[in-house]
Amino acid sequence: MKKLNNVMNGQLMRELGIVIVFAVILAILMILSPNAFARPANLMNIFKQASINGILAMGMMFVIISGGIDLSVGSIVALTGVVAASFAHPGEYPLIVPVILAVSIGLLIGWFNGLGIAYGKIPPFIVTLGMMTIIRGAALIVSGGAPVFGVTDEFEAIAGAFLFDKIPLLVVYFITITILSAYILTKTVFGRRVYAIGGNEISAAFSGIKVEKVRIMVYMISGMLAGFAGLLLASRTVSGIPTAGQSYELDAIAAVIIGGVSMSGGSGKWYGTVIGALLIAVIGNGLDILNVSSHYQLVIKGAIIIVAVLLDVKGKEKTT
Amino acid sequence: MSVPILEMKNIDKSFSGVKVLNDVQLTVYPGEVHALMGENGAGKSTLMNILMGVHSADKGEILLNGTKIVNSSPKEAMENSISMIHQELNPVLDMDVSENIFLGREIKKGTSGIFSHVNRKQMRKETQELFDSIGIDISPSSLMRNLSVAQSQLVEIIKAISISARIVIMDEPTSAITDKEVEILFEQIRRLKEKGVAVIYISHKMEEIFSIADSITVLRDGQYIATDKASSLDRDKLIKLMVGRELTEIFPKSEAAIGDVVMRVEKYSYEPKVKNVSFELRKGEILGIAGLVGAGRSELVEALFGVHKSAKGSLSINGKEVQINHTGDAISNKIALITEDRKQTGLNLNASIEDNITIVSLDQLFPHGIINNQKESAVVDESIIKFGVKAASKKNRVNSLSGGNQQKVVIAKWLLTEPEIIIMDEPTRGIDVGAKRDIYLLIGDLVKSGKSVLMISSEIQEIMGVADRILVMAEGRITGSLERKDFSQEKIMYYASQFNRGNENEETE
Repeated sequence: MKKLNNVMNGQLMRELGIVIVFAVILAILMILSPNAFARPANLMNIFKQASINGILAMGMMFVIISGGIDLSVGSIVALTGVVAASFAHPGEYPLIVPVILAVSIGLLIGWFNGLGIAYGKIPPFIVTLGMMTIIRGAALIVSGGAPVFGVTDEFEAIAGAFLFDKIPLLVVYFITITILSAYILTKTVFGRRVYAIGGNEISAAFSGIKVEKVRIMVYMISGMLAGFAGLLLASRTVSGIPTAGQSYELDAIAAVIIGGVSMSGGSGKWYGTVIGALLIAVIGNGLDILNVSSHYQLVIKGAIIIVAVLLDVKGKEKTT
Repeated sequence: MSVPILEMKNIDKSFSGVKVLNDVQLTVYPGEVHALMGENGAGKSTLMNILMGVHSADKGEILLNGTKIVNSSPKEAMENSISMIHQELNPVLDMDVSENIFLGREIKKGTSGIFSHVNRKQMRKETQELFDSIGIDISPSSLMRNLSVAQSQLVEIIKAISISARIVIMDEPTSAITDKEVEILFEQIRRLKEKGVAVIYISHKMEEIFSIADSITVLRDGQYIATDKASSLDRDKLIKLMVGRELTEIFPKSEAAIGDVVMRVEKYSYEPKVKNVSFELRKGEILGIAGLVGAGRSELVEALFGVHKSAKGSLSINGKEVQINHTGDAISNKIALITEDRKQTGLNLNASIEDNITIVSLDQLFPHGIINNQKESAVVDESIIKFGVKAASKKNRVNSLSGGNQQKVVIAKWLLTEPEIIIMDEPTRGIDVGAKRDIYLLIGDLVKSGKSVLMISSEIQEIMGVADRILVMAEGRITGSLERKDFSQEKIMYYASQFNRGNENEETE
């Protein structure tokens, strides 16, 4: 009985809670739309739709576990997409150039975020809010305010191709990045330190952890993954759109929070974030199939975020 | 002095399983200043917090003028004409002086109920009258934020007095004010006495006690010891009552061979808390640092450990000067700092016992940065057994452990780094007697195995029982150094109170 109590309280309860919610929603959609929703092709489609947000969410997860937030990822997606598309016109540069550019621009922006937060001691919300605006402006400046068209077929194939003619590459990237993130978070000393600074920054500093360095690293990871997501979005839409990626940061935060990562930092599991990203995609896809207007979809998505955080708060109450 | 104004009887109180008050009593008569004495941790503040309704007693009763009362909140206590000046001030910084004085009992005008509003003009006027009658030169309309610590303390005192209370509790009221202001305070206390108000006075400063108190009640380790007239006690008798036990019984002092100097600290400063401190620590030695809370002892060891970047001075380990710019540098020089505040600096309460124990040693255990779970698990199991951490599972959050067990996790965490120099800041604070004894034994084992211990403690008999040598600090300086044969309560207290006149020092329990 005592063991059962241990299982049912706190972390586990919270994670089980989200798994149950996920399963219930899946079941409802399968019953309501057995022919369209439950088709294997559609399920793969959901995975594909979850990929870009899922990749952003992986970066966001590091940031939130460290006790921060990164609002700039949506804008980074736009800027890196524009830059990548600009360097992907036929007959100009090899394919590696836009890829490297997108990822390293994201990395650089993340580094700036981290510097401002770790050494400038500015709250993460403020730094990344400012950066969100700056980078959105930069995307408009670089593109002259208009979408960048005319990319090579190879560039289009980055996100559009399939592995073994079956699995979309987008899904492959998502899974690869998830595996890497999970490994870093759970099996490396660095990952342990991310949890430590999020849980108690002061005790982490007393424990010999260079808190500033770890902080900068998490924003670099988030920025880099956002840069990669920008590349993927540009490839998928065959263009670099300076207004793309708006409110992507909110979807990424939602995925992380739904997945049971606490906004106050220091706790959360990678698989929760995966479920969070999938859940958001499932809701979107399922409601589309059921012909629910996109206006109502917003309401439902918002409600699910609030319920998820409610579970988070209640879970905490039980353990203290 | 016929009927007591206040009687507290058979008061028991425990915090998370640790008994802090055991069958304590206090009897106060109207018109007297009653000093409540005891060492840090004796239970004085807890007893007063129970009287004020901040905490509720587990057992016992409170009689006011012979009538049983229950104070379940400070507001109720205030309504029962009891007010308290806390040692830690909590003014509302962005309100002005008069608003703070009338906080919670604002003068209203207009209709009563939710549509009434505050009559600031009247409040300022009454505050001014109050200040004039006492002779205090503070403007009622200045913001609390703009007052000095001493001025804020005066405001708090006036506030407590102005509630026309019958009992005023003063918890270290002079910790931040100058001699001149102490005189103003004592003048007010005498006036209160004339009006038949009872004052319960808590202070560590002996001279103050004997110049103002009529009666003295002594507590020790949460037990009631004695109540007597101040005139029939003297300093020595009082200290004996406060300490009063054979040190050797409680402190299993183990003799370790003391060797060469392992750490030499020269001219260490961390302004304004630590000033020009130099000392040496030898192999196998237990060096105590005594002093009042606020003497700069914690800041000194934090500075040595690389916590404060602006600290200056030189530090040599085994004769070689080392640069410590960050806690990581201290750790790689085999220094450990077991901090005073487990919740703030010692532990990550969100994380598991396992994660807390290994966090400092991760680099040592896994030099390639990849965690081997089996190895980690084995190391943690060993630590848990070695230090006797009582927990259902090492995966449980440290949050769920008792204070003593949390302290064992902190110690396990630091000793896992295999340090040579172990700094302990109040290692037995807030834990029960059994767990204290375990820690004393552990300290003995550490020095026997050739390690050196630097221990801060505010409990004088603890430090006298455990240390080989004691440094005494006051206001950031080392004011005395005592060899074991010269240890005495009086000498330590003498050095610990070597203040410069008019300086601020904060004493907290």
